Amino acid sequence: MDEPIIEGLDPPPPAPTGLNILVCIKQVPDSAQIRVHPVTNTIMRQGVPTIINPYDLFALEEAMRLRDEYGGQVTVLCMGPPMAEDALRRALGLGADRAVLITDRRFAGSDTLATSFALATALGKIAEERAIDIVFTGKQTIDGDTAQVGPGIARRMGLNQLTYVSAIDSLDMGRRSIVVRRRSEGGVQVLRSALPCLITMLEDSNVVRRGSIQDMLRAARAPVTIWSAEEAGVEDPLKCGLRGSPTVVKRVFAPSPREESAEMVTVEGKDPARIGEAIIDLIFARDPKLEVALTATAS
Amino acid sequence: MSEHFDAIVVGAGPSGNACAYTMAKAGMNVLQIDRGEYPGSKNVQGAILYSDALERIIPDFRDSAPLERHVSELRFWMLSETSNTSASHRNDGFEDGKPDRYTILRAPFDKWFSKKVREAGAVLITETTVVDLVKNDKGKVIGVLTDREGGPIYADVVVLAEGVNGVVGQRAKLRPELKPQHVALAVKETHFFPEEVIRERFNLQGEDDGVVIEVLGSVTSGMVGTAFLYTNKESISIGVGCLLADFAKTKIPPYELLDRFKRHPAVVPLLRGGEMKEYVAHLIPEGGYDAIPNLTGDGWVIVGDAGQFVNAVHREGSNLAMTTGRLAGECLAELKAQGLAPTNDNLKLFRDRLGESFVMKDMKKYRKVPHLLEKNRQLFATYPRAINQVMQAYFRVDGMDKRSKEGIALRNVAKARGGWWSVATDLVKVARAWR
Ligand SMILES: Cc1cc2nc3c(=O)[nH]c(=O)nc-3n(C[C@H](O)[C@H](O)[C@H](O)COP(=O)(O)OP(=O)(O)OC[C@H]3O[C@@H](n4cnc5c(N)ncnc54)[C@H](O)[C@@H]3O)c2cc1C
Repeated sequence: MDEPIIEGLDPPPPAPTGLNILVCIKQVPDSAQIRVHPVTNTIMRQGVPTIINPYDLFALEEAMRLRDEYGGQVTVLCMGPPMAEDALRRALGLGADRAVLITDRRFAGSDTLATSFALATALGKIAEERAIDIVFTGKQTIDGDTAQVGPGIARRMGLNQLTYVSAIDSLDMGRRSIVVRRRSEGGVQVLRSALPCLITMLEDSNVVRRGSIQDMLRAARAPVTIWSAEEAGVEDPLKCGLRGSPTVVKRVFAPSPREESAEMVTVEGKDPARIGEAIIDLIFARDPKLEVALTATAS
Repeated sequence: MSEHFDAIVVGAGPSGNACAYTMAKAGMNVLQIDRGEYPGSKNVQGAILYSDALERIIPDFRDSAPLERHVSELRFWMLSETSNTSASHRNDGFEDGKPDRYTILRAPFDKWFSKKVREAGAVLITETTVVDLVKNDKGKVIGVLTDREGGPIYADVVVLAEGVNGVVGQRAKLRPELKPQHVALAVKETHFFPEEVIRERFNLQGEDDGVVIEVLGSVTSGMVGTAFLYTNKESISIGVGCLLADFAKTKIPPYELLDRFKRHPAVVPLLRGGEMKEYVAHLIPEGGYDAIPNLTGDGWVIVGDAGQFVNAVHREGSNLAMTTGRLAGECLAELKAQGLAPTNDNLKLFRDRLGESFVMKDMKKYRKVPHLLEKNRQLFATYPRAINQVMQAYFRVDGMDKRSKEGIALRNVAKARGGWWSVATDLVKVARAWR
């Protein structure tokens, strides 16, 4: 969309100093409102609103916090259809400084491999202007749930990857290092990494801000940079879109709702053993086959 | 730094979009603010779109607007608890292939309209609620305050296109609070079906033609109101609306009323097997001409539902919203071009144009209808039932001769209203309100 540029209201020129932070966001269908066609079992997208992948918002907020503290610029980057511009404009309204959309028919049908290839290539192109300090992504997307794109980008760009980060403890601009907390299966790891690095943020790691009225006005008018595959620096079309995607979807189906439903049982009494027995009796009365099977294995 | 705009439009429904579009096209610097996540995200309508009002704003809208079906058939149902007497009108001969009405879904439609508004040059911000108007010491409106940080935003004029229950106008004391007898509460569900099913069930002929059914009678349980059922591409919109005051009196929950309608034998087969996906409730202004507030003041204008512009008899609302929005936009642009400030005096231009338009003429024509209905609820319960009884008796073949049947049928109508005199008065009242 060509917004009239009004004099004196241009977006601030890119800051030459401070952090150069990139946040990769994805526009996804609001999964709470998706319908499955009752007859064909395909996903009906008509009328389903799109949103910024909710996990990406935590990444964006964390990026803006670093910018507000250390100075610099936050650029949001998105690969998607032309309408994904809406998502970028929303990110600008939340306070991002600049937005880049890479959109091309050749990107259609990308799986996580092809997506991380395209994004990493575009990031490389952006880094030609000025070196990138941190790339942020959300933990995963709500429509794919793979959590592979962030690490894929890090690998291709040769960045340290800090995944599942719940907090950023400190950043040392002089030494160019960052300390983060990372949720791991056993507990929390405190990790120090050199910059540049890639961080995937966990949900609820911060509270996403509401932009000011000026942020909103700026977002409504700011030009979104739109790049085709070629402009984004993609040279090998075989690595893009469907052709660059080894993932094959074999079948899409709506899980049939389960027949049985939960039931609340109430048992009176104080003696735990008695109560336990009474509950087991109730269950066996419901499902005699279970009793047969269990007693068979027990004996 | 606080910005100054030529105009701020509060609301991105049909009236706000029509107004913002018209002004932006005329070269004005327009800011539009809507509280929804995106324009239309919370807006509710049946929904029938009347072509004429939109055609006067965007002549080639058919090329890009998300239209569901063009309406080629109107059906009117009069229901009693178990029976249905109906009439219908079908027309397949549209002039130059340009149907005069379509069914739409408001969310995608409003989004489309809003895109046109932005392409025309207006600046839109969403997820932002206008909380109050800013006035100068002379009481002239000079801007708005929102729920975001960053202070007020200023403009020469503020257009209130905030819908029926927008609170800005009320808070700034520009329009009175809504009265329960002046608004209807409508509830609506959307049921999804494969396209073929819809086409078969409603006898649709072409790819995109559709049917709308307007319903009167027992479904409203004696309350002043109507029900409807519209066909979309892959869904059916079904709803019922009655005066808020009547809901309050009968204590019937609105969803219960809709459920009863859905269980009516005339409706059951049409909804079978669908998937219900959306339940919404919304108010409709139905106070008519006498409920229209002051529409202009120094630095402000009211358009659309906020000004009570709904013709309940003909179920027209969005077209009045678009027309009032367009007229306000045109007048504000003309004033600006002439270097005249949008004061109440100068806005006489808008009041006059509105008075000459079909909008005010229709509002005036049906001026007495709200009062009539409020005091004559029998029109909604007694007559539909009586008519169904007459039909039943008349068409039953039971050995009685036809003349005797006619006599009984007529006597039944009279009995339902307690005598011919009441029937005659009802007729006179309706005729008067209609005139
Ligand atoms: C169930 C139902 C069925 C209907 N069927 C039909 C039909 O078939 N045909 C027809 O022509 N009409 C129909 N109508 C009427 C029609 O929907 C309305 O007349 C029309 O939507 C009015 O448009 P509007 O722009 O004035 O208000 P709205 O469409 O209500 O838009 C108001 C906008 O203002 C925004 N807003 C409000 N307050 C604020 C604030 N403080 N700050 C920021 N934004 C704000 C809201 O978010 C909203 O987007 C129906 C209505 C209902 C409820």
